[in-house]
Amino acid sequence: MNPEPTAVDTVIDAVSAVFMVVGALMSLAAAVGLLRFPDLLSRMHAATKPQVLGLFLLLASIGLQMRTWWVWPVLLVAWIFQLLTVPVSAHMVGRAGYRTKHLHRELLSSDELEAVVQKAAAKASREDASDGGRPD
Amino acid sequence: MMQIVLAVTAVILSLAAAGAIIRIARGPSLLDRVLASDVLLAILGAALCIDMAVNRHLNNLMLLVALSIIGFIGSVTVARFVADRREQPHES
Repeated sequence: MNPEPTAVDTVIDAVSAVFMVVGALMSLAAAVGLLRFPDLLSRMHAATKPQVLGLFLLLASIGLQMRTWWVWPVLLVAWIFQLLTVPVSAHMVGRAGYRTKHLHRELLSSDELEAVVQKAAAKASREDASDGGRPD
Repeated sequence: MMQIVLAVTAVILSLAAAGAIIRIARGPSLLDRVLASDVLLAILGAALCIDMAVNRHLNNLMLLVALSIIGFIGSVTVARFVADRREQPHES
């Protein structure tokens, strides 16, 4: 880092400033979505913005500000870790929300899980019926 | 320029945290509160990132990874053990 800023420094500073402001706006968008969307599934849609894209922009701004190459793999590992954990927790929350019926069914454009659930329920009741006669 | 960016992002993140806290307080179901606290954790991580980027240090990086582990374990645990305790199912 030289003490007097060059033109390249100014450009890098500007890019990272834009990244930081946009990354912070992702958080604001998630908060607005949490407040205004009607049910759990649409709120989940809004909540993922700062977790993936917002974190990516902010980590990129850290990498630009540090002006060294070795930080980029570390930041990439942090981002990939977030990418691996966020879908799992979103899946769990969405499944629990579907099972406890925290959704407005009239807002869904398609419900692909319903056919699977009904098929499993029909299979379970059929097995109950064929099982009922035998004493075991 | 970095001080201006710091001020702007501080205002934006404060507004976002206020929105998430309002949803935690109001949220009709437990899962809404879990989701909003996850967003609050993401906002906290964003604040740590901006602190690192503006002041040019890397002290918070492990804290950021630990924060994402905590959010993952917390939301998975709560979603695993959530139960439906409402009287009528369509009030959410």
